[in-house]
Amino acid sequence: MKIQLAKRVCTVAFAAVVMGGLAGCATTANNPKDPYEGFNRAMFTVNEGLDVVIKPIAQGYDAAAPLPVKAGIGNFFGNIWDVLTAVNNLLQGKGQQGMSDIGRVLINSTIGIGGVFDIASEMGLEKHTEDFGQTLGVWGVGDGPYFYWPLIGPRTTRDTFGWMVDSAMDPVWYVSDVPLRNSLVGVRFIDLRASLLPTDKIVEQAAFDKYNYIRDAYLQNRQSEIRDGKGDDCKLSRCY
Amino acid sequence: MRLLFSLVLGLLVSCGSALAQEDAPGAMIKKVTEDVLTIVRQDKDIQNGNTAKAIALVDAKVLPYFNFQRMTALAVGKDWSKATPEQKKKLSEEFKTLLVRTYSNALTGYRDQTVRYKPTRMQAADDEALVRTEIVQPGSKPIPLEYAVEKTESGWKVFDVIVAGVSLVSNYRDTFNQEVRANGVDGLIQMLANKNKQMEPGKK
Repeated sequence: MKIQLAKRVCTVAFAAVVMGGLAGCATTANNPKDPYEGFNRAMFTVNEGLDVVIKPIAQGYDAAAPLPVKAGIGNFFGNIWDVLTAVNNLLQGKGQQGMSDIGRVLINSTIGIGGVFDIASEMGLEKHTEDFGQTLGVWGVGDGPYFYWPLIGPRTTRDTFGWMVDSAMDPVWYVSDVPLRNSLVGVRFIDLRASLLPTDKIVEQAAFDKYNYIRDAYLQNRQSEIRDGKGDDCKLSRCY
Repeated sequence: MRLLFSLVLGLLVSCGSALAQEDAPGAMIKKVTEDVLTIVRQDKDIQNGNTAKAIALVDAKVLPYFNFQRMTALAVGKDWSKATPEQKKKLSEEFKTLLVRTYSNALTGYRDQTVRYKPTRMQAADDEALVRTEIVQPGSKPIPLEYAVEKTESGWKVFDVIVAGVSLVSNYRDTFNQEVRANGVDGLIQMLANKNKQMEPGKK
């Protein structure tokens, strides 16, 4: 466990160095929120390349697994993430939501057979999703420059650090049986990719420049998540 | 007796209209949503990705409730005032095609989600409102789907659709601004037309 944690710290340190180093890069950006557009577009291309392999696996999984199996797998990993959601809701001072999330984990882990069934939702405990990047946002930390990372995709600087903290707390990474842990990480990744398949089609249809479209949508979406969709009268035209 | 009858009827009518006035935009969105979903739920072709059929449905049931000129103006932003009436018309036409196809594509992804209607955000005298709904799907958190609507002579019309906090209209603004800066308004019209031609249903 200690070695694992040390490894994780090293990863964080490495990422910090990479991000620091980028500050010196010359860029040709035209969005002030995306000063490292050159680097990001390169990473975007890397991901599109990786996706040539990943997408067919996700499609195969999506086609082969019956709906109840997929729902069960989604619920199982959702239940694990609910632990992080609970912690982050409490950190954001949303006690009621945090308690409800703890209730969800307790109910789904037991009656829901290890999280495979989302009984709590049926009982009226609504699912929330929070992460440490959102918590930092609620605490007043700004976005910082936008990044597009291999595998994990779009993240602002704040959300990149948030993601590192989430990963360090992620229970799946603490499974001591290495082959089991790797399988869990792999299945969760493919499940996530499969859940994005319908979105692919829409982005393909909607976007002139996929990179731009994803960036702008990501930044808008994060802003709204941090505010929990509240207090945004700017959706009305007086702010357009 | 007649008096009583007309009194009751009058009361009913005024109650009805008071209710309608309270949240006319919400009622409009609910009606359109339910009309569309009732059809999609029964139509296996649309569920299996028949975009052309979904487009026909959107054309018939959804289009009349959208103000595409306003949507286009918002997406183009400050450059809109530079466009001639003719250019504005072309821009709106092309942007409409793009949005209708995007929306139709999203419909083909419909599975067993349900829609929850939340209180509309508006003041009584407002001529604009934010109608709030949520897409509920088992096992994941609800996705907020909101409509910015405005009062027009022909009823309430949608001028923006906001999915999970992402405005479908303003998400285009940077891209459109860049294109106008580089190639002018005609360049933007051309870019939209090319995209629509390339994404013609049945071509891919």
